[in-house]
Amino acid sequence: MKKQSLPELQKICSQLRRDVLRMVHAVQSGHPGAPLGCAEFFVALYFDQLHHNPDFQMNGKGEDLFFLSNGHLSAGWYSVLARSGYFPVAELKTFRKLNSRLQGHPATHEHLPGIRIASGSLGQGLSVAIGTAQAKEIDQDNSLVYVLMGDGELQEGQVWEAAMYAAHFGVDNLIATVDYNGQQIDGPTIKVMDLKNLKAKWEAFGWEVIETKEGNDLASVIAGLEKAKSLTGKGKPILNLLYTEMGYGVDFMVGTHKWHGSPPNDEQLALALGQLEETLGDY
Amino acid sequence: MSLDLKFNYTEKKDTRSGFGDGFLEAGRKNPNVVGLCADLIGSLKMGDFQKEFPDRFFQTGIAEANMIGLAAGMALGGKIPFAGTFANFATGRVYDQIRQSVAYSDKNVKICASHAGLTLGEDGATHQILEDLGMMKMLPHMTVINPCDYNQTKAATIAIAEYEGPVYLRFGRPIWPIFTPANQKFEIGKAWKMIDGKDLTIFATGHLVWEAVVAEAMLREEGIHAEVINIHTIKPLDTEAILESVKKTGCAVSAEEHQLNGGLGDSIAQAFIRYNPAPLEYVGVNDSFGESGTPTQLLEKYGLNAENIVKAAKKALKRK
Ligand SMILES: Cc1ncc(C[n+]2csc(CCOP(=O)(O)OP(=O)(O)O)c2C)c(N)n1
Repeated sequence: MKKQSLPELQKICSQLRRDVLRMVHAVQSGHPGAPLGCAEFFVALYFDQLHHNPDFQMNGKGEDLFFLSNGHLSAGWYSVLARSGYFPVAELKTFRKLNSRLQGHPATHEHLPGIRIASGSLGQGLSVAIGTAQAKEIDQDNSLVYVLMGDGELQEGQVWEAAMYAAHFGVDNLIATVDYNGQQIDGPTIKVMDLKNLKAKWEAFGWEVIETKEGNDLASVIAGLEKAKSLTGKGKPILNLLYTEMGYGVDFMVGTHKWHGSPPNDEQLALALGQLEETLGDY
Repeated sequence: MSLDLKFNYTEKKDTRSGFGDGFLEAGRKNPNVVGLCADLIGSLKMGDFQKEFPDRFFQTGIAEANMIGLAAGMALGGKIPFAGTFANFATGRVYDQIRQSVAYSDKNVKICASHAGLTLGEDGATHQILEDLGMMKMLPHMTVINPCDYNQTKAATIAIAEYEGPVYLRFGRPIWPIFTPANQKFEIGKAWKMIDGKDLTIFATGHLVWEAVVAEAMLREEGIHAEVINIHTIKPLDTEAILESVKKTGCAVSAEEHQLNGGLGDSIAQAFIRYNPAPLEYVGVNDSFGESGTPTQLLEKYGLNAENIVKAAKKALKRK
């Protein structure tokens, strides 16, 4: 894929946010907050970083793979998959509806191109990503495996089982990103269950940690992912702490857990879309 | 007095050794077969495979949830992962991981569960899972296999490597008679009629198939001719074979090292109720946990041996 310029990518970010808002609004359910905050990450990954093939193969041999462990960000993932050619953009309107391939949380069962494992029950994606990274290693396939997790998700014990394992085996074809937005369902992570010093925790588990402090600045996100890529192949798994703001892009949604899992009403949608004027054309 | 057994044995071995040997053979046949184990390599008899294929074997440490996720990830990358631990930790502890990452995602993962049931023995109830068949058979997409002796377990292990899809394979620890043929062909989902009979049918699975063989001889001494069917595959259940047999015999006993709730007996009862109502007596654990003891003592105390199958058979016959 030909690389696109920053302004072009910016436009896709705006479109992704429009898609997310319209999708959750249409069914009055779903999770807008975190995908709004991860728009730059999704776009940087799919339109700039991944060597991937929208002509979907489940086993992903020879291409970079991405897993969404925090499956409730499905609306954002579906948007970026559709916008990068995995399935028709028009299909976004079936999100969360009966007989749709776009299930509330990502699933393989309906054979939606781009999805390789179900997620939604938090805490499982890192393990899956590591397993796939090791399968690539056995096959001497030197492409990369990416995974995104939520920060609240890190409260699940399985994540730390996986963290210990990846470092032990020196899984170094893996880039795990944490959406470090400081929010979860019941409030700020600092109040619900303080994650304390995440960088030190991952380092103590034997990971190479990079921090992307401006997770809603496209150039910074790309630079962070580039840096992460440059650190692969050196015997350590890579963790990218991505500082984002939940609800970014819409002034009344930003920085609060209140929009984690609530859709906008008609009026709020109109207001929000008014703040996201750049579009590639809505579905 | 010695019984006139229709199947007999010259050697005894644990079914987990059948798994270990089958696993090694499957690994030799197919380079995509890989292994994972959560700090129980010796107990699961996975050591020979690990020695021969160190690059295809992954010690996960005591982290079963992660192990299931890893296996799912390896499967989607084209490997055929065999993930082994004790049955308790291979099911109850990781049910959600199996449900989402393996069954719902339809991944070609083989969950290999040793030390199932009461015959685990002295470790006691914390380890003696008696609910695993029920949990696994409820999962859509899951194939559930519970072989009866060393030879059948070995054959089943080789067969599941060749089958595409998630499988739960259950085996155990006790030294047990080897009464089925070496190098048998294992057909997933196909019940095996071991002994022909006309008065009733005994449907047995796992270690209790041997008890059913003994019970058949005991019943025959009293002039009762039992048919014995080896149900090594709990799911998909060979309903056709089950119904064909009970249509002939008119009543049945199910025998399993598992809770009555959710076990093989329940699956058979469903088939009877829907297609051919007939008396059915259950031999299994009746809504209780196990405890420490030797395998033989426990099977006796919980009513899971040949004598109890005979009793159940007589009850079923009276209800005909
Ligand atoms: C195992 C599990 N427990 C609980 C939930 C319900 N749940 C969905 S999202 C969420 C909060 C996740 O927090 P975080 O990972 O920080 O995501 P964000 O709030 O940034 O969207 C919870 C508790 C779940 N999906 N899975």
